[in-house]
Amino acid sequence: MQRRTLLATASAAIMALAAPAMAQDEPLKVGFIYVGPVGDGGWTYQHDLARQAVEEEFGDRVETTFIESVPEGADAERALTQLALAGNKLIFATSFGFMDPVMNVAAKFPDVKFEHATGYKTAENVATYDARFYEGRAVIGTIAGRMTESNKIGYIGSFPIPEVIQGINSSFIHARKVNPDVEMRVVWAYSWFDPAKEAEAASALLAEGVDVILQHTDSTAPLAKAQEAGAIGFGQASDMAAFKPSPRVASIIDEWSPYYIKRVGEVLDGTWESGSSWAGIGDGEVVIGEITDAVPAEVKAEAEALRDKIGSGEYHPFTGPLNKADGTEWLAEGEVASDQDLQSMNFFVEGIDAQIPQ
Amino acid sequence: MIRLVPRQSASNGWQVATPLLAVLATMVMGGLLFAIMGYDPVAAIRTIFWDPLFGPAASYSRPQLLVKAAPLILIASGLAVGFRAGIWNIGAEGQYIIGGITGAAVALAVYPLEAWWLFPAMVAAGLAGGWAWGMIPALLRNWFGASEILVSLMLVYVAQRVAAWMAFGPMRNPEGMGFPGSRNLQQYPSAANPELIAGTGAHWGVVAAALAVLATWFLMSRHIRGFHIRAAGIAPRAARFAGVRPQTLVAFCLGLSGALAGAAGLFEVAGPAGQITDKLGVGYGFTAIIVAFLGRLHPVGILLAGLLLALTYIGGELAQLTMQLPAATVQVFQGMLLFFLLGFDLLTRFQIRRRVSA
Repeated sequence: MQRRTLLATASAAIMALAAPAMAQDEPLKVGFIYVGPVGDGGWTYQHDLARQAVEEEFGDRVETTFIESVPEGADAERALTQLALAGNKLIFATSFGFMDPVMNVAAKFPDVKFEHATGYKTAENVATYDARFYEGRAVIGTIAGRMTESNKIGYIGSFPIPEVIQGINSSFIHARKVNPDVEMRVVWAYSWFDPAKEAEAASALLAEGVDVILQHTDSTAPLAKAQEAGAIGFGQASDMAAFKPSPRVASIIDEWSPYYIKRVGEVLDGTWESGSSWAGIGDGEVVIGEITDAVPAEVKAEAEALRDKIGSGEYHPFTGPLNKADGTEWLAEGEVASDQDLQSMNFFVEGIDAQIPQ
Repeated sequence: MIRLVPRQSASNGWQVATPLLAVLATMVMGGLLFAIMGYDPVAAIRTIFWDPLFGPAASYSRPQLLVKAAPLILIASGLAVGFRAGIWNIGAEGQYIIGGITGAAVALAVYPLEAWWLFPAMVAAGLAGGWAWGMIPALLRNWFGASEILVSLMLVYVAQRVAAWMAFGPMRNPEGMGFPGSRNLQQYPSAANPELIAGTGAHWGVVAAALAVLATWFLMSRHIRGFHIRAAGIAPRAARFAGVRPQTLVAFCLGLSGALAGAAGLFEVAGPAGQITDKLGVGYGFTAIIVAFLGRLHPVGILLAGLLLALTYIGGELAQLTMQLPAATVQVFQGMLLFFLLGFDLLTRFQIRRRVSA
């Protein structure tokens, strides 16, 4: 018997552990796996705030746990499995690189629901969610275009993936809209969070005469560099309020709480279904942090008007006429980009004098 | 007064006792740390060291120990051979990454061909890739006297860049919608490195690790080359008189440890990790250095040390999951282990004597 137990296959053990008879009033266990530490002050921090919001909203009806700093790849698969084995019925996996591990683990735990951030693979029990950060980028791009004096704005990219390229294009389009002379410089950090590399990238941009820095990386290092040089920048992922009122003149905040609360509520009600959510300013998932007094009142008003127009759905940041960088037409006059186009975006729009690394 | 007196030769008793003492001291000091942070120390230590083996979900975590330990043991076996000879390969992480890339390249080049020879060819390519990456510091040392410590370490960062380039460029999955990362080899039957017996965790990398332990044991204790290696480590000049050619030894040791690290990378990419991503290196190459020393550079010691380190990883995750212990605490815990090991190492080479006052 002992030997048989030892030889029991993983799947049998998983089945036994994954299907406990759950009493009606037992709390719903919700698990989270994070790619960084909860104290990163950016991406993971925001996800953890949303987890706390879930606890606050549902009180005793839920019980949340998280595992932080999980490397993408094989370790993620184990961490996810352990969360499922520990009885979590809903698991949020908050990094793109958790995608294949989520799919593998979800196949073994059909009664556990998975939510995967920024990915593109779904299943019966795997939903994906993402935020339309490009909407927020349009707003801060407008501020950048108005504020630059050298007419050179810089962008610190993390990785050349569609989400980041959307942001670069969106901020450039809207900067140019208010300032036809504006030019964009792009530097890739190849990291989501690496203060040293981000600082280096910021220095390189500043040396080129850039006086407004946008970033799609999570540390405050670029803001610190901007401060030294008298340039300005924007908070990324979280508000980065410590750098107010300047160099941080505004920020683009990831607000996951509405989505997390909604999805946890649906599991509690039994109405959860798989799907792909891509919400933006209108749903409160992308938030523009306070625009400080370092920005002239009319620019602030202009930016807020754009924010509200995007939020109400009246305006889409990718509306034609728009050409690709190679000069071919992308969107005709009045045409709006499809979500599918955006989600696989791998080109810069006309006017950005940079190459996407291949 | 207490003073240290050098021993004539290293004490055999202490050789075995110090790792055990180090583990014990880590438990005590780690427990103290957990207590200061407000966690129940006994529960934390039990979760880390006991639960993965005998806890409620042990039927899942026991096989995972093998998955986690295999690359550590495989790499450390190779490293230990060089360390015995005083040849310091610090760059196994880079050789691991390159081996993974060259191995996966074979599969991706012929995709979707199904053939029996594909996996063996990938293993050969992984070995060759790691070997070649290890030969760079070897040749630079032999030809120009460059420090293999620095060169091999610096090549880790080059390898990481190569991995990013591959993931975003030549090896990017053409069906991945522009997202980084190669095809998933787990879904390519001829190239996959799956569990050989369901529920055991054992994939070909585990088999290879076991073989590496046996082979390095044979090499070091039964083969003339092993004798040369040990001689060169203890008394380089004497070894030279005995006909040992230091250049051959450098090439052999760096080549061997590189090849084994490369194979470990291939097994991981084709198995648990599944794909080439920019985060291919998750630190096995560096952790293996700890494993090699914890295991006293002896094959059997390395086997045990690899399993112990794997236990702290998996137990550490469980502690995060069940007790919400921060990830960093677990890393501190692993750091303590190495610290105490090196500290107690003193006892193998020195005797503690009470000074008799004159």
